[in-house]
Amino acid sequence: MKLTLKVWRQANATAQGEIKTYPLDGVSPDMSFLEMLDLLNEQLVTQGEEPVAFDHDCREGICGMCSLMINGEAHGPEVTTTCQLHMRSFSDGDTITIEPWRADPFPVIKDLVVDRSAFDRIIQSGGFISANTGSAPEANSVPAPRDKAMRAFNVATCIGCGACVAACPNGSASLFLGAKITHLGELPQGQPERWSRVVDMVGQHDHEGFGGCTNIGECASACPKEIPLDVISQLNKDLRTAMKQGL
Amino acid sequence: MAGSTLHDGLTPLNGPSNQISDDAQGFYVLGENIVDPVAPAGPIKDRWTTRKFENRLVNPANRRKLDIIIVGTGLAGGAAAATLGEAGYNVKSFCYQDSPRRAHSIAAQGGINAAKNYKEDGDSTFRLFYDTVKGGDYRARENNVYRLAEVSANIIDQCVAQGVPFAREYGGLLDNRSFGGVQVSRTFYARGQTGQQLLIGAYQAMERQVAAGTVEQFTRHEMLELIVVDGKARGIVTRDMVTGAIETHLADVVVLASGGYGNVFYLSTNAMGSNVTAAWRAHRKGAYMANPCYTQIHPTCIPVTGSHQSKLTLMSESLRNDGRIWVPKNVADCEKDPREIPEEDRDYFLERIYPSFGNLVPRDIASRAAKYMCDEGRGVGPQVAEIGPDGEQRMVRRGVYLDFADAIARLGKHGVEEKYDNLLDMYARITGENPYETPMRIYPAVHYVMGGLWVDYHLQSNIEGLFVTGEANFSDHGANRLGASALMQGLADGYFVLPNTIRDYLADGPFEKVAADHPEVVAAQRAVEERVSKFLAIQGTRSVESYHKELGAIMWEYCGMERTEEGLKLAISKIRELRADFWTNVKVLGASDNLNQDLEKAGRVADFLELGELMCVDALNRRESCGGHFRGESQTEDGEALRHDEEFAYVAAWEWGGDSNEGGQPVLHKEDLIYTAIEMKQRSYK
Amino acid sequence: MAASGAAFIGFVLGHMYGNLKAFGGQEKFNEYAHHLRELGEPLLPYEGFIWIMRVGLLAALIVHVVCAVVLARRAGQARTVKYAVKKNKGSSLSSRTMRWGGATLLLFIIWHLVNFTFGKVNVQTGETGAAAGDPYSLLVDTFDVWWMTIIYLVAMVALAFHLHHGTWSALQTLGLTNTASSRQRAKTAGWVLAVVVAGGFSAVPLSVLLGIIEK
Ligand SMILES: Cc1cc2nc3c(=O)[nH]c(=O)nc-3n(C[C@H](O)[C@H](O)[C@H](O)COP(=O)(O)OP(=O)(O)OC[C@H]3O[C@@H](n4cnc5c(N)ncnc54)[C@H](O)[C@@H]3O)c2cc1C
Ligand code: HEM
Ligand code: HEM
Ligand code: SF4
Ligand code: F3S
Ligand code: FES
Repeated sequence: MKLTLKVWRQANATAQGEIKTYPLDGVSPDMSFLEMLDLLNEQLVTQGEEPVAFDHDCREGICGMCSLMINGEAHGPEVTTTCQLHMRSFSDGDTITIEPWRADPFPVIKDLVVDRSAFDRIIQSGGFISANTGSAPEANSVPAPRDKAMRAFNVATCIGCGACVAACPNGSASLFLGAKITHLGELPQGQPERWSRVVDMVGQHDHEGFGGCTNIGECASACPKEIPLDVISQLNKDLRTAMKQGL
Repeated sequence: MAGSTLHDGLTPLNGPSNQISDDAQGFYVLGENIVDPVAPAGPIKDRWTTRKFENRLVNPANRRKLDIIIVGTGLAGGAAAATLGEAGYNVKSFCYQDSPRRAHSIAAQGGINAAKNYKEDGDSTFRLFYDTVKGGDYRARENNVYRLAEVSANIIDQCVAQGVPFAREYGGLLDNRSFGGVQVSRTFYARGQTGQQLLIGAYQAMERQVAAGTVEQFTRHEMLELIVVDGKARGIVTRDMVTGAIETHLADVVVLASGGYGNVFYLSTNAMGSNVTAAWRAHRKGAYMANPCYTQIHPTCIPVTGSHQSKLTLMSESLRNDGRIWVPKNVADCEKDPREIPEEDRDYFLERIYPSFGNLVPRDIASRAAKYMCDEGRGVGPQVAEIGPDGEQRMVRRGVYLDFADAIARLGKHGVEEKYDNLLDMYARITGENPYETPMRIYPAVHYVMGGLWVDYHLQSNIEGLFVTGEANFSDHGANRLGASALMQGLADGYFVLPNTIRDYLADGPFEKVAADHPEVVAAQRAVEERVSKFLAIQGTRSVESYHKELGAIMWEYCGMERTEEGLKLAISKIRELRADFWTNVKVLGASDNLNQDLEKAGRVADFLELGELMCVDALNRRESCGGHFRGESQTEDGEALRHDEEFAYVAAWEWGGDSNEGGQPVLHKEDLIYTAIEMKQRSYK
Repeated sequence: MAASGAAFIGFVLGHMYGNLKAFGGQEKFNEYAHHLRELGEPLLPYEGFIWIMRVGLLAALIVHVVCAVVLARRAGQARTVKYAVKKNKGSSLSSRTMRWGGATLLLFIIWHLVNFTFGKVNVQTGETGAAAGDPYSLLVDTFDVWWMTIIYLVAMVALAFHLHHGTWSALQTLGLTNTASSRQRAKTAGWVLAVVVAGGFSAVPLSVLLGIIEK
């Protein structure tokens, strides 16, 4: 396959970026999207041009490191991560525009690489259960209802990729936030800190500069792990309960 | 435990090893034997309890004054950072990803073992211990393995308390399954994402400590050197991958939890960034590298499709429970649509060769059998280029069928979907083929390394103050790892073992702080700066990637599933050549003062080029087959792995002896494996 | 936002119901308008109810607009560099046009109040205030002018859009959509409200224009 790639190039965080166009030949439909970029980079190195920087690690859809806006869609046209997207989803002759996640709390570091440490800080603000090592009771002493445990699991699969933010017209991280609130809030172990957790995490989210959610729903359709919108409803519900308690 | 007797751990059941063969002659120097200086004795079941009690305590007021560096935020490093931070130490945590949550532990699918005996099926600490030692083909240290089995139950309690959403039964209690050919149900799981859920648990516990101010986290920081002052590990040199700043971080103790080095093979199931650099830098500073050749090859991975391939993807082993593995009987059929090959022309080779275990034989056996089929020319799928035993390039089909047709007939498509849909969907996504219609294709791939830095019972390396945990150390799996036990080891080390052993070391503190301008510190920093400049200065013609690919091809051919004296020697000379070429002809573009992924990779590949050679030397020396290490020269008449316990029941701990291209030779220190609780047995799966 | 929006929904439903009295003829409609002013007497003074409602609506409007402005500003600051290419695949047009729709509604409401409540502008006769006629005549005179009807209909389209997303959004914001089925119901409610309210409101101007309602 032959492609025309339009790639965002930006030397560093403060530099002006621009979209550069590269023709690329010899792309196989069996390549993953990132392997296609590897090919581009081999070509650039041969030409003496610096390769395109992009984030990735596991390349199997679980670490959440890869992050590309492909033709205006976070992680591209399929419901999966960029690393699991394959070139057979494109056609010979296509033009593909590749941009980094755009959100001010995710500043660009270089080319397609952004800084997502805001997510870590949101977790630090309360996205955990305080269970000191060694003090845990016997695991089966507190049964967890299966349906709640299932819901917790389904949303605990969030990989922290940030596609939800990238896709949201408001630049909101509410889906990410809601996934964590719901995961911990559905488990018996998560109850003691439930109300302070949601207040603290939402506070940190806003403090980081993410936008507010107006329930547009782009986030859920961009999410490679199919986290459903109801986590945002849960987030709102928990927040309201917390506020009623005067937190 | 058929046929095995329980021993109390008070009397040795075997003597020291006595190696007669010397295949690696000329490639190494024999050093002195070593022993684990802190190995406990007494009844095996009391050893860890006694040791925990005997280890000295650190006064809480002093903990704040003690600085701990932890490199790695996987299960081993993340759990340790959380626990040590909570205890009040001053922890600095490092990882090369943009967040600790992305450490490679996240990719583990299957599950984690624990001797909870919730199913009342006869499981116990002793049985888990026994299975793990046997699974490791009697090349693991029994002290460590027993301790691992002992703390396994606490891990589950800890994770559940943190909110890890393990699978549950209808009654709300934890579910478990049997895994990897074990007779008891002891594997806890969270659908196919166990590693992810465990890691998120550890990550969140660690972030809680970051908020509490006890842990400081350094992401996108790569450790490039170990700082040793007066024989003690006192810090590390890192490169800030965003700004390029070469920084020194000083501490009272350094913990490496930097994961495995399977990427020396280029293609593996490891994450792209997994590397040996942290461990290798420590090795070059004097830490012993133990059993580097022990590699686990996983039989069910998605095969290579072409030269563009950057990594391989694991398909959970559970597929072998219902899928049947076969290749065409006739080479001529290999190109055909498999559905058109009639039953009588199919060779269900595992069922044929191993009638009693069939498709469920252990990983190494299943892997090797698939390789032999493809070597014979009966592989399926696209032809891919590789170097052959003669060193020439050739085209071979590397794949065997894993067929669900019978399972679909038996369970219905829906039944198969229910059990495996996430795996089959992943397969379909990657290959573009529908596994419900055509048989899947699988091939073995490098998955895990049992080798790693040598540590004692306290997880301390031979460099004082340098502790090593998780996949980065060599300690608990012997020559082969059973499924679901690496996660167990990482968390055991991080939550329960290290925090209890490191305090014995730290009890001598507070220590005098090392000055930032200490000559050793300055020298270490300068060495890193020079190395970085060197990469950029070479300005050769070949990309870093191409060296890595070539090294991987050599390793896979000669130091992969089957190793021979001749092949290993050829590999060593090829690696030496390649390494020499690398240092004169590599091309790294860009600058060092910002994000430069090629530069990062150059450092990693440079270390792989040294490690690869040591792996070959280790494999060459070990003229026996054990676990994942299969020497062509050491097999039974039926082609099964043949151990030589009298010669090789030892841990091979290698000391850095300088670059072989400059005349250096690694020094071999042997640590005898003396069993007191279990007797060594030859395994058989026929 | 959700609370003020919900208050608006309540109001427009009531208001629409009131407007439909126009089909009952001049007397009925005027009686209704008068009744509104007497509501709650003698507990409340004359026009007491309507003033309470006005104060409430004004407060809701202020809250609503302030929230909308704050949200819009936050969204603007959260993405100062725009995408060169951006596709939408999971959202409705209505959800993405809330701000435009809201602004349209704001302009409409201002004009509408001038038109019917505070200014009482009879565009046909050019008279204002009490001289513009009783509420019913004013209504009919207004919609006898085709472009007035158009203005109102455009506003109703904006309202329909706003309600389509707003209803679902308010329910989601109130945390009432925690399952897939409740989410579906909330979306349906959005459709129903949008069609009923916008349709109900539009019925009057259209009927006047078509001569079904006349003086
Ligand atoms: C696909 C796959 C599936 C698996 N499935 C299972 C399973 O089902 N059950 C099981 O028990 N095991 C499984 N394993 C094995 C198991 O996942 C790993 O062995 C284990 O998670 C390793 O954990 P770790 O903490 O030692 O290292 P890792 O999780 O690999 O973490 C390494 C850490 O070190 C950091 N690091 C590395 N080098 C540097 C450096 N130079 N500077 C700074 N930081 C550095 C990294 O950033 C990372 O944080 C699987 C492995 C793979 C690849
Ligand atoms: C006065 C002019 C108005 C303006 C400027 C305005 C603007 C907005 C904006 C910007 C939103 C925002 C958020 C989003 O995009 O979802 C919104 C939400 C909403 N609006 Fe309005 N609007 C106005 C009038 C109305 C009216 C008249 C109604 C009802 C009839 C209404 C009902 C709602 C509802 C229900 C919501 C959803 C609240 C939520 O998400 O919690 N609005 N409005
Ligand atoms: C075609 C549609 C509409 C018609 C025919 C209409 C008609 C009227 C009339 C006749 C009045 C005066 C009632 C009185 O003074 O007793 C009125 C008042 C009012 N209308 Fe409407 N209206 C319409 C749509 C709307 C919409 C969509 C809104 C809001 C979003 C709205 C908000 C108001 C308000 C706030 C008042 C003032 C009430 C008061 O304080 O007295 N109207 N309308
Ligand atoms: S919610 Fe989905 S899109 Fe958002 S960070 Fe998690 S996995 Fe990524
Ligand atoms: S797209 Fe944005 S507005 Fe809310 S529903 Fe999703 S975060
Ligand atoms: S690289 Fe890990 S999810 Fe894509």
